[in-house]
Amino acid sequence: MDTDGDSGENRAGGRARTAAVAGARALLLAVVAPAGSIVLFVFSVVSIVLVPLGIGIVTTPWVLAAVRGFADLRRLLAVRWGGVRIPPAYRPVPKDANPWGRCFRLLGDPAVRRDLLWLPVDMTAGLLTALLPALLIFYPFEGFALAAGLWRALTDGTYVGWWYGFVPVGGQLSALAAGALGAALLVVGVYTAPFLLRVHFLLTRSVLASGQGELAERVRVLTETRRDAVDTSAAELRRIERDLHDGAQARLVAMGMDLGTVEALIEKDPAKARQLVARARRSSAEALTELRDLVRGIHPPVLAERGLGDAVRALALRLPIATEVDVDLPGRLGEPVEAAAYFAVSEVLTNAVKHSGAERIWVDLHHTPERGGMLRIAVTDDGGGGAATGSGSGLSGVERRLGTFDGVLAVSSPAGGPTMVTMEIPCESS
Amino acid sequence: MRVVLAEDLFLLRDGLVRMLEAFDFEIAAAVGTGPELTRALADLEPDVAVVDVRLPPSHTDEGLQCALAARRARPGLPVLVLSQHVEQLYARELLADGVGGVGYLLKDRVFDAEQFIDAVRRVAAGGTAMDPQVIQQLLARRQGDDRPLGRLTPRELEVLELMAQGRSNAAIAGHLVVTERAIAKHTSNIFQKLGLDVSDDDNRRVLAVLAYLDQGR
Repeated sequence: MDTDGDSGENRAGGRARTAAVAGARALLLAVVAPAGSIVLFVFSVVSIVLVPLGIGIVTTPWVLAAVRGFADLRRLLAVRWGGVRIPPAYRPVPKDANPWGRCFRLLGDPAVRRDLLWLPVDMTAGLLTALLPALLIFYPFEGFALAAGLWRALTDGTYVGWWYGFVPVGGQLSALAAGALGAALLVVGVYTAPFLLRVHFLLTRSVLASGQGELAERVRVLTETRRDAVDTSAAELRRIERDLHDGAQARLVAMGMDLGTVEALIEKDPAKARQLVARARRSSAEALTELRDLVRGIHPPVLAERGLGDAVRALALRLPIATEVDVDLPGRLGEPVEAAAYFAVSEVLTNAVKHSGAERIWVDLHHTPERGGMLRIAVTDDGGGGAATGSGSGLSGVERRLGTFDGVLAVSSPAGGPTMVTMEIPCESS
Repeated sequence: MRVVLAEDLFLLRDGLVRMLEAFDFEIAAAVGTGPELTRALADLEPDVAVVDVRLPPSHTDEGLQCALAARRARPGLPVLVLSQHVEQLYARELLADGVGGVGYLLKDRVFDAEQFIDAVRRVAAGGTAMDPQVIQQLLARRQGDDRPLGRLTPRELEVLELMAQGRSNAAIAGHLVVTERAIAKHTSNIFQKLGLDVSDDDNRRVLAVLAYLDQGR
């Protein structure tokens, strides 16, 4: 049927057009890309070599920015032309960094190092993978031209004047063979050029993109911990709202009512008025106590004033079980980390007091600068053991909260004791 | 009596100034920041300092640190520290030098003007004024275990609590509505059970009690 024939023709025409476009793009890539990567590679090497002389400190960020621009252009082309997504994963460089810091921060970025590694790959393997589809599309036309009469300009029919592929062109007959070879190549090219161009971009991705599996895992963990963090903070806000509403707010209302009554009674019945004033004062004191407890639950004052070490010491002083606190922290940690660590320790200590039956507890806090900084906390008691991080236990809540900071919690609590809870939170100290 | 007052909230500072003046104190200076406090304590040599724990510019425990530094420079300088919250940790730091003339109270205590002024006078006279909350924290901690404190009767615990706040026997007797002689008997029982030497110095006996409560950690 007509329509069938049309669509068949359209399909063939579409395929030819796609192949032609792919061939043209591949040709462009094969010509321009290696030139760019060779120039940038030479510049990068020279600039990095000059770093010890000081000149490189200034030039390297510029060159690396150009490399990144070049790589970003190729990322764009990979998506547009090949449907291959190559996510950029550069680390941000602080705006106010000095040239020295900027240079070394850039060189320390794995994404930048992948860029630099990619340049030589792009000028060799990248060139081949771009050249192949271009040749398959454009080389056949030389064969057709030879068959059509170009052979006459190259040879007089007696000697081999030109090689087309593996065909020696020496006359009309061999020129026709060259044309046939060209046709065969073109057919192969039409069917494979888009695929081959995609191979070029896949090669680019294999060098430029970071390990995809690792990245996916990281995304999964972050999604999970973000959800936990959002849930926890929403629950926290609800609790604070409820506490304010039922506690301090209600007491202040009662106080206002008492004072209103006092205003009315003060002349008529001074004795009654005095009673009410006393009650209002008690209400105000109770409201203050409640607000104080609430503040302690949100951000303990000692934590704000003195930092994690003394906050945990103050916490230990309030426990009914003798608790030794050993602190080795250089300066203050980040405020969110301090709060998370404090509430984690608080929860673990509460657990120990409630369930362990211990007579002594030891808390050890220290910070090591290794791997960008790590806060380590160990809470040990001489109680009965048997603590676990199962679902619903307080410890799993602590684990989830620490997860927001990429922190981990480990519990060693054999039946019969002792129990040791260790926590690690990566963080820098100031 | 000349007072140096440090409190960053204007309304509260103003209220304290008026309250202290109403009770015949002379306000040598009323300041709002840590550096101003340090200068005032060094230059004006007051009889007593009333200091808020949290002061600008750091808004941390700057007031406490200034007070401790001033006491190191001039041992025994009477200092009453006020705070929105009380912590044993800070109470112990204030008592650490063992010289006396220190107080540590919740800010709410100013609601009861007479009690508050009594505390200022006690501190100025070289005595101690610890907030009942601090003492309760200490006692709650100790009642749990089988140390000598467990052997005290409820009445004796009550007396100990008031004693640790820095009150004299007469004041305790007034508070509990019993005779002073009964209190004297209770205190000697307490000292005996705790194994402390009897001393008639109010300040020393509070320090002794606190030191006892603190030991064996």
